[in-house]
Amino acid sequence: MHDLTPLSGLFGGALIGLAAAALMVLTGRLAGVSGIFGGLLTSRPADRGWRLAFVAGLIAAPLVAWLSGAPLPRPAMASNLALVAAAGLLVGFGSRMGNGCTSGHGVCGFARLSARSIAATAIFMCAAVITVAVVRHGFGG
Amino acid sequence: MLLIIACFGCGLIFGAGLLVSGMTQPEKVLGFLDIFGAWDATLAFVMAGAVAVSAAGFALARRRGAPALAARYHWPTRSDIDTPLAAGAVLFGIGWGLVGICPGPALVNLAGLSVPIVVFVAAMALGMLGYELSRMRGASGTAASSVITSRADG
Repeated sequence: MHDLTPLSGLFGGALIGLAAAALMVLTGRLAGVSGIFGGLLTSRPADRGWRLAFVAGLIAAPLVAWLSGAPLPRPAMASNLALVAAAGLLVGFGSRMGNGCTSGHGVCGFARLSARSIAATAIFMCAAVITVAVVRHGFGG
Repeated sequence: MLLIIACFGCGLIFGAGLLVSGMTQPEKVLGFLDIFGAWDATLAFVMAGAVAVSAAGFALARRRGAPALAARYHWPTRSDIDTPLAAGAVLFGIGWGLVGICPGPALVNLAGLSVPIVVFVAAMALGMLGYELSRMRGASGTAASSVITSRADG
């Protein structure tokens, strides 16, 4: 399953970039998924419509693919649900505390050449690489 | 209404990009993060494509005075590298590395309603609310009202 797929990666990445660009040019908003989703939970009701629409678009993407015959995404994941829940808590808490995730800091922050976002991306990449190394190879364990 | 349709369309394209690129599959993401194993560099190509196109789009946006469907741009304004940024990134990175799912792919995968994804998204929402609560508790009185203002980088 670990086959390099550079062309679909580049093309899919370009679509992500197109969406981020269009969101800014059309609506003036930055395509940071943790910020958009997190704001849905905490922001004023008047600020929720556009956030809900973006999140609905994300969820609709595989449904559109499903209508044209693709299977719905049911990814193979760690079977330990306590681990999955812990990971979700960390991703949610950490992305709000750090003001962004792979989309807001990783994609949009790099595109803006923001030192703050590039630093955040370097830190969460390192933390993730170390986590995978410990979990899969037992380094430092 | 046009604004809502535009946001939905952008979410749809963003989600399609995550699906096409393979980034909704945790094993592709973990394959990139596993630099000591059978390394899969795909995520770097995804980032390259996404950053190149969004940078061009952002340059176009900056040349225009205002977005097409809204009054003004909401560019992030902060440039400091502070402790919450670093600590948050560490916690986020650990969670991301544990299962290979981050917020975008989590929401796209929600369409399949598999049990682990539903658990992940629920926990992610709880984690976000938990952070806001801890912030509210930390900032008493006047500062608490700032919780509802939209927050910076994304």
